[in-house]
Amino acid sequence: MRVLVTGASGMLGRATASALLDRGDEVTVLQRRPAGLPCREVLGDVADPAAVRRAARGQDAVLHLAAKVDVTGPWAEYAAANVGGTRAVVGACRAEGVGRLVHVSSPSVAHAGTALVGVGAGPADPARARGRYARSKAVAEQDALAADSPALAVLAVRPHLVWGPGDTQLVGRIVARARAGRLPVIGSGAALIDTTYVDNAAAALVAAVDACGPVHGEALVVSNGEPRPVAEVLHRLCRAAGVPGPRGRVPFAAAYAAGAVVEAVWAVSRRRATPPMTRFLAEQLATAHWFDQRRTRAALGWVPRVGLDEGFARLRAWAGGAPA
Amino acid sequence: MRAAGTPTAVPPALPGLDPAWSRTVRVTDAGGAEHCWHVLDNGVADPVGTLLCVHGNPTWSYLWRRLVAAAPPGWRVVAPDHLGMGFSDRLPAPRSLAQRVADLGDLTAALGVTGPVVTVGHDWGGVISLGWALAHRPQLRGVVLANTAVAMPEGDLGPALIRLASAPGVRAAVTVGTPVFVRATTALSRPALPADVRDAFAAPYRSAARRHAVGDFVADIPFAADHPSRPVQEAIAEGVRTLDVPALLLWGPRDPVFGERYLTDLRGRLPHARLHRYEGASHLLPEDAPEYAGAVARWVADLQAGRDAGHDAVAARPAGDAGRRLWSALDRRADDDTPAVVEVGGTTVSWSALSRRVADLAAGLAASGVRPGQRVALLVEPSADLTATVYAVWRAGAVVVVADKGLGLAGMRRALHSAAVDHVVGSARGLAAARLMRLPGTWIAAGDVPPAARRALRAGHTLAGLAALGRTSPAPAEPPVDADCAVLFTSGATGPAKGVVYTHRQAAAQLELVAATYGLGDGDRLVAAFAPFAILGPALGIGSAVPDVDVTAPGSLTAAALADAAAAVDATVVFASPAALRRVAATAADLPGDRRAALGRVRLLMSAGAPVPAALLRGLRQVLPAAEPHTPYGMTEVLPVTDVSLAGIEAAGDGDGVCVGRPLPGVDVRVSPLSAAGAADGPLTGTPGTTGEVCVRAAHVKDRYDAVWVVERASSRDPGWHRTGDVGHLDAEGRLWVEGRLPHVVTTASGPVTPVGVEQRVERVAGVASAAAVGVGPAGTQVVVVVVVPAGGTGRSGRLRPAGTDLADAVRAAAGVDVAAVLVTGRLPVDVRHQSKVDRAEVARRAARLLAGARRP
Repeated sequence: MRVLVTGASGMLGRATASALLDRGDEVTVLQRRPAGLPCREVLGDVADPAAVRRAARGQDAVLHLAAKVDVTGPWAEYAAANVGGTRAVVGACRAEGVGRLVHVSSPSVAHAGTALVGVGAGPADPARARGRYARSKAVAEQDALAADSPALAVLAVRPHLVWGPGDTQLVGRIVARARAGRLPVIGSGAALIDTTYVDNAAAALVAAVDACGPVHGEALVVSNGEPRPVAEVLHRLCRAAGVPGPRGRVPFAAAYAAGAVVEAVWAVSRRRATPPMTRFLAEQLATAHWFDQRRTRAALGWVPRVGLDEGFARLRAWAGGAPA
Repeated sequence: MRAAGTPTAVPPALPGLDPAWSRTVRVTDAGGAEHCWHVLDNGVADPVGTLLCVHGNPTWSYLWRRLVAAAPPGWRVVAPDHLGMGFSDRLPAPRSLAQRVADLGDLTAALGVTGPVVTVGHDWGGVISLGWALAHRPQLRGVVLANTAVAMPEGDLGPALIRLASAPGVRAAVTVGTPVFVRATTALSRPALPADVRDAFAAPYRSAARRHAVGDFVADIPFAADHPSRPVQEAIAEGVRTLDVPALLLWGPRDPVFGERYLTDLRGRLPHARLHRYEGASHLLPEDAPEYAGAVARWVADLQAGRDAGHDAVAARPAGDAGRRLWSALDRRADDDTPAVVEVGGTTVSWSALSRRVADLAAGLAASGVRPGQRVALLVEPSADLTATVYAVWRAGAVVVVADKGLGLAGMRRALHSAAVDHVVGSARGLAAARLMRLPGTWIAAGDVPPAARRALRAGHTLAGLAALGRTSPAPAEPPVDADCAVLFTSGATGPAKGVVYTHRQAAAQLELVAATYGLGDGDRLVAAFAPFAILGPALGIGSAVPDVDVTAPGSLTAAALADAAAAVDATVVFASPAALRRVAATAADLPGDRRAALGRVRLLMSAGAPVPAALLRGLRQVLPAAEPHTPYGMTEVLPVTDVSLAGIEAAGDGDGVCVGRPLPGVDVRVSPLSAAGAADGPLTGTPGTTGEVCVRAAHVKDRYDAVWVVERASSRDPGWHRTGDVGHLDAEGRLWVEGRLPHVVTTASGPVTPVGVEQRVERVAGVASAAAVGVGPAGTQVVVVVVVPAGGTGRSGRLRPAGTDLADAVRAAAGVDVAAVLVTGRLPVDVRHQSKVDRAEVARRAARLLAGARRP
């Protein structure tokens, strides 16, 4: 199968492109900088319709991962990359006659900040999504699913908190904070959260490329299906990465208020550095979010192969930390 | 004269109402006038039958929307708005009861309702529906009534609220001039109705012109003897007594309009009716208990299939021996002067004295008006008085009602009202509680209650007085073996306590089985430190002693108190709950050597009520060196089911659950396998290793649940079998292993997980004193959470917090299933009655709250 992967320079994009290559698919990747993968590479901005059309030409399927993932920066940047990028991908699929589009989304598109306890994939809701990233991804998912049609099958997949060796997003930030002694437990630390080991997320996306067609027009959350208390997750990630675990405890209300202040300061001063706390982060670290995986597993014919314990062991092997 | 209002259309999009059900029908009445009716009709063509649903005042057919939606397969459901009501035509003049009954007949004729009909009526719709029923007997298949009345019980002046509304001057203002009555009716709902549903009820009654019939309805209630509708109402009320079709009564006990006396009146007129009380529901039962619709559909489907839950359940199982009566031993040992009942530190009653006292009391009860089948609440502490009273009530053919005070006053009140007790026997404390609970009937004082206190407590009799009366009164006839003998209330650990009804035959079968299983004979004497068993010595034919402790507070029994009780009767058998035994073991060291001798003669120790850890039984050897420990397994609904000795427990070893031994002779045990969603809906099987709901068939299974037909139907849905609510499996040797309670099964995405096996494995982890395994999350995709009490304790606080990583790792390694979170606490919540069963539902609630994390500020 010929598959275009956008955003293959990130951890998940790279892992997914590699998985497709491993099974013998003809893979094209599209991103701004060379990803160094042994496949056809098109360099360009995913928000540039011409570049995307060029990359999509002759493809059977598009797997769209490219996105701006961050906590700071103006809305316009998120809108351009995430909404504009997705529109360009949808336009390219239509123009080039690509039959399948797997749009990689995020559970945060349906997360209004309250606890999510064993829920399925709720509808993306830009009005209630928390933060610019989530809001832009919510608009993008709506756009992508709206394009679902007999000519173009669209499936939205939302991997939840992907982590693993090589991760600069989740693990990288947690480790950096822990190393700096700035990783407290927010609230009781008991909130159950789902996470996804990167190989499982990649396998789910490969399965989604195959399932897209018979399964279409819906969103599916992907996770390891092994929720754990958030403090335990942080502790085990830190231990595997060889850094000290979370230190200290901050009441949720205080963290949330601090997040509000930090956001205001960052907005006024137009700072670009990662802020120490945001309201979104406080919520993410203090409220449950774990998901009903039954529909996902049935629709994709996929189950996670790497359990949490094995995942922590692999992370440790990569990062040289202690047994988790 | 007033203008006939033009019909207003049903507003679109009322919650729960499918507009496709609405239709209008033009019908000409006996007087030649044509009226347009609004009717909800599911429109089933060629139905197997029709449910005719009749609303009351001031509601409309909207009341029945859930029943229309839940129609049994093939049944048509028709729910009209009375003329002048809902969205039917407004009328130029008031309409009498007789006219309304005739109107309903005209309507069903116009609708082509020709086949079998089940009427369903609520409020004043009850009497109209019954009027229709009496006029259409050939096609009547059954009647369903919810919070209604057909007559004013003797001495009653009618529902106070309605009387107030009907008072001249008040009626017009309240019912027509303002929407007060319309609004007040939906305000009665418990829990409170959503605003959009209340608006839907008020939709047809927006102006005074549209509310005339609401006032007319109230005016047509024949409170006065000379009211024109009185003869028609009385004819219907009397006619109901002649109905022989099946009847179902659905009742909301919190109804301030139709209280208990109306239910009692209805049950008197329809003695064969099945009853379900929806505890917590008020007047608008179809709103307060939305599940009523499913219950009616089930009942109608049973009706069609010729099934009658309760009756079928009993018919399909072994009958037991009719020869043994509960008082047989009293008759046999009437000349025996050895002790039958010993109160430690109190009275000793010989068999001959007890036999005489029971005979006298029975005759006295009968002479004072206690009739066969009537129910007698017993509010007497375990004592010789209580024992004599129980046997006298049985001998007189009446039914004892026993509600454990562990239920609390509110729980007892609910229980005793639901059992509709006719009489109360109480100690001074018991009668004071009866007063607080506002129990009905005649009250009888037990023990020393001074005359002044008796008067204050309304006690019309004393036990001593009744015994004296009985000495000059004829002995009552022996009750038939299939008459009810007892209503026992469950512990109410999961929802309101349920009344469990036994017949004499079933109770005798239970005693026969207990005596045979444990080889009890005349040479045995019992110490019963477990409330229900404290009264069974005489029926078992063995002498008994009650320790000098509060047997309803099992944790208060010390080794010394047990020794005193054993010495008092020279005991050979001890029966106690695990909580009591734990305390006995804990106080064993304080027991002086000279008092150990009596305990050394005990040959049998029985413990039931909750799982009994083998370690506890082993530990009791130092107190009861000669006793063989046994733990019968069973519940209020059937006891015993199985039995296992300590040796048997040790031989079984570790497994998934608690080994409770093999079914006793005459007892069949099967399981109903669990579905992925945790429902026990598989066909009954005895296949070893299959986990499911434990089902039991035996002669001593309860007759039925009292006043909760829906629960009875569910528990006996396999005719002859009782569903216990426990989950477990049989092993290859035929032993039963109990794995938990059905509602505590954790329904994970990869299948159901039962708690007990997980808990046992976790409790073997070093540093863990006890554990509870519970599910968190939506059914079908739950995760397992283990809450542990660390050995050495973390204080007695019931608060939960996450366990440290090392403990979490150890627990996960032992659990055998994926555990999402390991939490620690100082103590686990336990049930009130046994103080031994972990309240997993409460643990799950607390865990779910903690694991959901913080709420947004």
